[in-house]
Formats: sequence, structure tokens, C-alpha cells
Amino acid sequence: MSSARREAFLPSRAIALPEETARPPMSSERFWAIAFVLPYMVVFALFVVYPVYYGLRVGLNPVGYNKLVQDPVFYSTIWNTILFLTIAVNLKMLAALFLSGFFIRQEWWIRALSVIFLIAWAMPSIPTILSFRWMFNPEWGMVNAIIFELFRIEGPGWLTERHYGLGLAMMVHIWKSLPFWTLILMAARLAIPRDLYEAAAVDGATLGQAFRYVTWPSLRGLFLTSMLLSTIWSLGDFNSIYLLTGGGPADLTQVLATLGIRYLRQDQLDVALSAIIVAMPGILPIVWYLMRRLSQAKAA
Amino acid sequence: MNPVLASLTRYAVGLGVFVWTALPIYHLLIIALSPPQDAVASGLVPKNVTLENFTTVLSASHNLVSYFWRQLANSAFIAIMTSALTLFVAVLATFAITRLKIPGGRTITNIALLTYLIPAAFLAIPMYKTMGQYGLTDSPWSMILSMVTLASPYAIWVMNQASAKLPDELDEAAKIDGATPLQILRHVYIPLMAPTLVAIGTYALLLAWNEYLYAFLMLSTERQLTLAVALGVFLAFDDAPWSLLMATGLIYALPPTAVYYAFRRFLVAGLTEGSVKS
Repeated sequence: MSSARREAFLPSRAIALPEETARPPMSSERFWAIAFVLPYMVVFALFVVYPVYYGLRVGLNPVGYNKLVQDPVFYSTIWNTILFLTIAVNLKMLAALFLSGFFIRQEWWIRALSVIFLIAWAMPSIPTILSFRWMFNPEWGMVNAIIFELFRIEGPGWLTERHYGLGLAMMVHIWKSLPFWTLILMAARLAIPRDLYEAAAVDGATLGQAFRYVTWPSLRGLFLTSMLLSTIWSLGDFNSIYLLTGGGPADLTQVLATLGIRYLRQDQLDVALSAIIVAMPGILPIVWYLMRRLSQAKAA
Repeated sequence: MNPVLASLTRYAVGLGVFVWTALPIYHLLIIALSPPQDAVASGLVPKNVTLENFTTVLSASHNLVSYFWRQLANSAFIAIMTSALTLFVAVLATFAITRLKIPGGRTITNIALLTYLIPAAFLAIPMYKTMGQYGLTDSPWSMILSMVTLASPYAIWVMNQASAKLPDELDEAAKIDGATPLQILRHVYIPLMAPTLVAIGTYALLLAWNEYLYAFLMLSTERQLTLAVALGVFLAFDDAPWSLLMATGLIYALPPTAVYYAFRRFLVAGLTEGSVKS
């Protein structure tokens, strides 16, 4: 401890309360420790534990599931959710893996570009999602205007056709979250000792071999964790669908997150909760795996 | 690979990344600058450029933006309170876990992180209902408290990592001088943790300002909305004035983007340090 800090601290001794000295120091420390974690414990109990308990209590009622499976939209929603998760998460993580290798390069312009690249993550998502929405508007948007100018044909109804709509929602989702995952993988790549690459180069390794035998073994664990986390977070992505297609046309681009919220807005809480609880068998193994990994990482 | 080919590939990737990142933002900008009745981007270069939309928003003289200043203030209030409360809750919790070594501290951190394993839209539904039970419907506090709930686990986790780097001797020395935990917290711990506190405060501020879904569910009257939700309201109208929407969106996006870039170093360091370790 620097002596300056210590001196700045000394006067406080004079104002120590009398009972502090009377009690054994451990018990006062324990008292403060409990008092200090209490605010967070209260927040966690009131706004995580209780809502989850309440959600499960209402949501495990079979009536909600009966209504849910009778909704014809439910099956296309399940399919959309699976498509959204498999395609968007894989594309995003592969792009992040590739770009993390690109952005750790030392050229000045690549470093400058990496600062610009972060803007998608820095900006709130709503204005850019709405910008995409107007850009792909079939009648007035920029994309179809350019298609018309170049080819003299009418562009497709981007947001009024199921698979285009879903594909664009994935694109918007990737646009927003790609910088975050690139940054995470960049940090992991930078933590790999440089001499491993130098040794590989001396041995005449190609770029592909250096990736396969040096980069990938050190990234694999974090990459898998990132994939799984990204799957859970993408499952909860409401904005990319709701603000882009609104779930339309005819509810054909709904995913479980938007369907759940739709039921909630229609005051059908039990169906809303059923719509999200049906995803539990899918996410519980992921949660279990991540929790195990987390406690192991902390213990190590 | 041939060095010329390799550097050409890099330029191509760089160009691709630039267009991908900049195009939607550029489009946002040119629509915001187009005349209100003519928000049609027929190409990449706008024909008529006007600041009319921005004056309409700032003077609140269109019925879709009549509460603009009030909604801006709501967004700011919610963001600032979230930031302050998250710092309060997380600093105290981290101090108890890492310095006072409360039993089960590691478990508390892990359980806190469980919050992030519930998909956002999934937690929002029961959270919305319980906010109603707590009597907070349509109150900014429902937003503040849910944002504190979402920001705190990350805050505690990042601060745990930063805290582990401070040597225990600091506390020992202060204790020998007769300092109480409260004094150590105030005079030793908080000053030394300042860079991390900046990162966490900024993180919570941006999280709350940028949030759409929770605000969309919990706030309902026009005077209580945040700007994010007010932007979504435009979509309810078939003939939504898109140039006005884009101008409002741009004004809404500017403060957090500026804050982000101002504190970028702190934010990125906090994020990447933790992730590599675990």
C-alpha cells in the first residue's frame, strides 16, 4: 500500500465507533458482509426468483398448452425458432471466428476499421432495425429501387414473404450481435502466445495448419461456450422479429419470443407462459452445461 | 499464399465489413435528411437534403413527437437511476464477496449469473406480471428495477475479476490502522476500483437507455414512454412519416453512441478480461 493512501486514510481512525473496538473484529466484518450482499439478494429474490416461481406456477397449468397446440401458428413458430437459432447462431459465430482473426492484424487501417465495426454494438438496435425495415420496404425501399434501376424488374416483397422476412430478421440479428462475439474471440486469440505461431512458421506450417493446430485448440472451449450462450440469447431476441416484420405476414414469421409476448399483450398469460416453457427441454441441457463450466472455471 | 493476393483479400474483407456496418446507418441518415413527404431512397445519393425533420422533432410539432422532450427525459432518468443503483448494489456485493470474504461468495456470483441463462423475452413475461403485483405498472421504477436486475450480475462478475487483482495486504494494512469495513470500502476500495466503476456505470447506463422490450411491456401511457418505445409507436400508423421516425431515431441513438465511444476502453477491457478467463 502506498504511504500516500495510508496517510489519507489515517484520520478516519479517530471517528471509529466505540462498539467497534468492544466487539471481536470478525463479527463486525461478518455483519457488514451480510449487510452488503443484502441489497443484491433482495433484487434477485424480488425480480428473478419470484417472477420465475410465479411463471412456473401459472405456466405449468395444462390449459395453456391445450390452447397453444390448437393455435395453427404454433407449429410454424416452432419451425421458425429452430431455423432462426441454427442458421443465425452458426453464421454469426463463424463470421465472428473469421473476423476475429482479421481484426487482430496490426495494419493501421484494420485497427481503424475495428473501431467503426463496433458501432453496430454501440448503437441502440431500434433505429437501425427500423432503418433496415424501410430499406427493404417492397414499394418505397432503397433495395428494390436499386434492383429496379439495375434490372428493370420488380424486387421481391422482402418483408411480406415468410422466408425472406425470416432471413432478413436473421440478418438484422447478426448485424447487431456480430461485433460483440468478434470482440470476445479477438481477446481469446490475443491471449495465445505468439511464439506458438513462430514455431509453427519455422516448421513450415501453412495458414490453415496454424489455425488447426495452434489457434483452434486454444479457442475451442470458449467458442463452444459462446455458441451456447449465443443460442440462449438469440432465443430471447424479440426486437429483430417484432420491429422488422411484426411477426407477419399472417403470423408466419413469429418465433417463440414474439409469440409469447403476443399472447401476453392479448391478456392470455397462461398461453404466453406455455409458449416460452415449451422451449425449456431445449435450453435446460445448455444451462446445465454452462453452469458446470462456470463453476469449474471459478474453482480452477 | 501469394502476398499480393493475401493483401487484396484483406482489402476485400475490409470493404465488405465497412459496407455491411455503414450501410444501414447511412440509410438511416439519408432518410432522416429527406423531405417529410418524400422519404423515398431511390438510390444511394439523396436528391433533396433538409433539416426539417430535426426541427420538427426538436420543436415537438408533430403529434407523433409531441412528447419528445418528456420521453427523452424519461429515457435519461431511467438510464441514470439504473446506472447509480447498479453501482450501489454491485459495489457492495462485490466488496462483501471479494474483500470481506463472505462464505459462499462464489456461489452468490454464479447464481447471479444464472439470470443471463434465462432468455430475455422469457424473463420479461413473468417480470411484467410481478411488476404489476408490486404496484409499479406504467412507472419508471418498474423499468429501473428490471434494468438493475439485468445489469447487476454482469457488474458483480466484472468487478469480481478486477477486485481479485487488488492485493489483500491493502485491507490488512487498513485493518491494522483500525479501519471499519465501511471505511475501507469508502477510502480504499472505491478509489482503487474507479476504472471498473466507470465501465460498470456506463454499461448499465447504455443497457437501460437502449432497452426496448421491457419498456414496451411495462410503460403504456404516452407521457411515461421512453424514446425507444416511442419509436416503435410510429409503426402502428400505416402512413408513418418515415423521415421523421428516422430523425427521431438518430437523435435517440446519438447520446449512447457518443458515451460508448468516450468510454470504449473501459468497456472493452472489462468485457474481454473476464471472458478469456472463464
